[in-house]
Amino acid sequence: MKSSVIVFPGSNCDRDVAVALEKLQFKNSMIWHKETVLPESDLIVVPGGFSYGDYLRSGAIAAKSNILNEVIKAGKKGSLILGICNGFQILIECGLLKGALLRNSGLKFISRDIFVKIQSNKNKFFNKYKINEILKLNIAHNEGNFFTNNEHLKELEDNDLIPIKYCDGDGKVNSVSNPNGSLNNIAGIFNKNKNILGMMPHPERMADKICSDEDGLPLFLSLMN
Amino acid sequence: MKITNEQIETHGLKQEEYKKIKELLGREANLLELGIFSAMWNEHCSYKSSKIHLKKLPTKNNIVIQGPGENAGVIDIGDDDAIVFKIESHNHPSFIEPYQGAATGVGGILRDVFTMGARPIALMNSIHFGAPDNKKTQNLLNGVVSGIGGYGNSVGIPTVGGETKFNSTYNENILVNAMAVGHAKKNKIFYSKAKGINKPVVYVGSKTGRDGIHGATMASAEFDENSEEKKPTVQVGDPFTEKLLLEACLELMKKNSIISIQDMGAAGLTSSSIEMASKGKLGIELDLNKVPCRENNMSPYEMMLSESQERMLIILDDKKEKEAKKIFDKWDLDFVVIGKTTDTNRLVLNFNSEKVADIPIPALADEAPQYDRKWKKFKVKKNNLKIKDLKKIKIEEALTKILSSPDHSNKSWITDQYDQVVMCDTIQKSGGDAAVIRVHNKEKAISISVDSSANYCSADPRTGGKQIVCENWRNLISVGSKPLAITNCLNFGNPEKPEVMGEFVECIEGMKEACEFLNFPVVSGNVSFYNETNSKSIFPTPVIGGIGIFDNLSKIINMKTKKSGNIIIVIGKTFGHLNQSSFLKDIYLINDGPPPEINLTNEKNNGDSVSNLIKKNLVSSCHDVSSGGILIALAEMSMMSMLGLKINKPKRFTNLSEYFFAEDQGRYLIEIERDNLEKVETILKKNSTFYEVVAEVQNDIFEIDKILRIKTEELYNCNNQWFNKFNVIN
Repeated sequence: MKSSVIVFPGSNCDRDVAVALEKLQFKNSMIWHKETVLPESDLIVVPGGFSYGDYLRSGAIAAKSNILNEVIKAGKKGSLILGICNGFQILIECGLLKGALLRNSGLKFISRDIFVKIQSNKNKFFNKYKINEILKLNIAHNEGNFFTNNEHLKELEDNDLIPIKYCDGDGKVNSVSNPNGSLNNIAGIFNKNKNILGMMPHPERMADKICSDEDGLPLFLSLMN
Repeated sequence: MKITNEQIETHGLKQEEYKKIKELLGREANLLELGIFSAMWNEHCSYKSSKIHLKKLPTKNNIVIQGPGENAGVIDIGDDDAIVFKIESHNHPSFIEPYQGAATGVGGILRDVFTMGARPIALMNSIHFGAPDNKKTQNLLNGVVSGIGGYGNSVGIPTVGGETKFNSTYNENILVNAMAVGHAKKNKIFYSKAKGINKPVVYVGSKTGRDGIHGATMASAEFDENSEEKKPTVQVGDPFTEKLLLEACLELMKKNSIISIQDMGAAGLTSSSIEMASKGKLGIELDLNKVPCRENNMSPYEMMLSESQERMLIILDDKKEKEAKKIFDKWDLDFVVIGKTTDTNRLVLNFNSEKVADIPIPALADEAPQYDRKWKKFKVKKNNLKIKDLKKIKIEEALTKILSSPDHSNKSWITDQYDQVVMCDTIQKSGGDAAVIRVHNKEKAISISVDSSANYCSADPRTGGKQIVCENWRNLISVGSKPLAITNCLNFGNPEKPEVMGEFVECIEGMKEACEFLNFPVVSGNVSFYNETNSKSIFPTPVIGGIGIFDNLSKIINMKTKKSGNIIIVIGKTFGHLNQSSFLKDIYLINDGPPPEINLTNEKNNGDSVSNLIKKNLVSSCHDVSSGGILIALAEMSMMSMLGLKINKPKRFTNLSEYFFAEDQGRYLIEIERDNLEKVETILKKNSTFYEVVAEVQNDIFEIDKILRIKTEELYNCNNQWFNKFNVIN
């Protein structure tokens, strides 16, 4: 499997995700934002961080960078694209995914371990998980409060495009287990073709048993399936 | 133009100091030169009141690669790895503008570390606020925490812990101390000492603006009711540029083109250029027209004294400019040759083809005034406490009261705003005795702990100084690591007052004694004087940041109790010392008498015994006993696992509070398997280490026979109460 991790100035989870991919024998390349050509890859990762400082709306400037044109082209052709945290924000800003990521409802940066529940596994990203499986992942963001209009929400729900929702350790999906105010506890969404995934939690932060649990690892393994 | 007395005063200089400046120059200074002298001679940059005492601290041993005097300290952690670390204060700016003050404090300390060629791998902090009910505290706490998080999160360095404390002594003068830790290759450390003549002096990073002009001078003066007016001297942080600068510098450092490098911290371009030249015994000549400026018509005075952030000065080797510029172009950062090194030993500044300043460099550095200030020996108060006279309180009430006090409260409201795991090498986050960070790609890790105990230091600076080194050492032992070295941040009042100077001197002497005994050298640090408002000084507050090492990742332990049926042993003897304890402070509001004594022989012996047991895999969890005493430490272990404890009633004490809440030093709690009890006892006896079996792990209930019975869950709720309320307001 070949993967490409896009690196913007201000990306800071690029190395982390590369470490996880390489551990699973992905042949990975780091692609600088000024590049205009994307190497052929089975997976494109838009990593977390603060691209261009995120002083403007998060991800807004990165969405206009050189390399994003190529990512958009690849996405439309059906390449697998994974946007994590700031990467999710960028995928929304560039239009590959719909909706919006608002400021967290508590108006504070939140970084902690949370739980998500698998809603859908008939896709390239979560096929190694069971439906209703509860995963512990880590979040770290200021703007992760997913919002969208009713029409899009219905589209997401009707087409099985919401793979993960925030829950508590017992799997309860409710306002108490919702860390950032996301609509219906949505933690990640697909595009219509399910080749593009945006998610706020960081799977790469749960992929090394020395430092954490390994609940994020099956996501990368799923991609190899 | 003659410099007026008023100008001298507004530059924070004394008349006699200006007299010396004139002698050194052989003439009157111009305003720019006066500004440069004031920047270099202020307390913050010159350490003029502290230097002769700091020299007493041990700074060397076989693992120290670089001690104090550089941007940060460097220690050897085996193989080809080195750890670079330092702690620094940003107290005054953070009180005036909490978000930016704290953010730029983090930025500054990160630059100190990556300037030396290290990739930062962790941030820690020690923050002290006024009384919880003081009207400024909430706003300051909010601002400082989001500033620390805002900067570190964006650069992408995990903030893995620290300490937050409240005391009315900081009502008008909070403390914000930030520590950064980096990893470097031993043979790739970069220093600030310039070498060679006619070498290009390169300015990289952000442009220079009018922010922070005279920040270092501000940090060397007391506050009064007009301090708010000083807001324009607080710098504004840009973590994005810091991240670019970090990556660009580390990329350039892979090549062999840097002769020396120095970040522009306090006193900006002035101190960086002078420090590099001074260390290399060279001169430096700058063309100020070339300095990248953010604003129009900036004067040489403004350029030289600006403290705009995220800037560096580099001296490059011959013919390396092109290669270096390419890297900074890639990262969209300014890269301008603004001058050269010379053999004149002078700082020469040119602007609009005119020489605007010409100062012999030794006059700014070596000749800076040094004072052996008067100091008064501290009188330690006698122990007048009669425990029998205190109003009786139930153990349960005391326990829950202490656990719900702001100082002892669970701090996740704070730490949840810090990204603790970015870089994916965080093995232990905040909340334990020390943070643990893996050395990337290696089978080894380091531990980090930041500690202070202002209460003890205010009651006896000498014992307090000793105690805080020991507590730090203990925290590093408790996670299973071997303590290696420390950095210190010394926060005190006005050194011109003999009482304050006395606190400083005795604290240092106490630290020295402990550091020498424990072979725990000080490799970097910072002194922050003038922490006073309207002539009221803060408690003497030395803060220690220590580093320990694990050669083996399997020996890392934490304080979370593991299994019902396991035994908890307290190592070290409890004598019942309650003066200066949380028990008296939080429950009776008594702040009197001496702090607990430190017995260094026992301290070392107890620590070595614990290390030994951990090494032999006999310890399931470990926690040092500190503020609050045994019962609080036991509760903290329980709340980690939510298991309960069956605690034994002490036989040696009639007054239970003296046993459960005493803050005698050198003690640890260790959890062991029942089957190993005999083995553990044999080892402890052989090492002549005092121990007592204190509790047994059980499910859910935290109890002392017939005295206390409470659910661990209730303790947990109590422990979260204060910040939960705070969260509702904020």
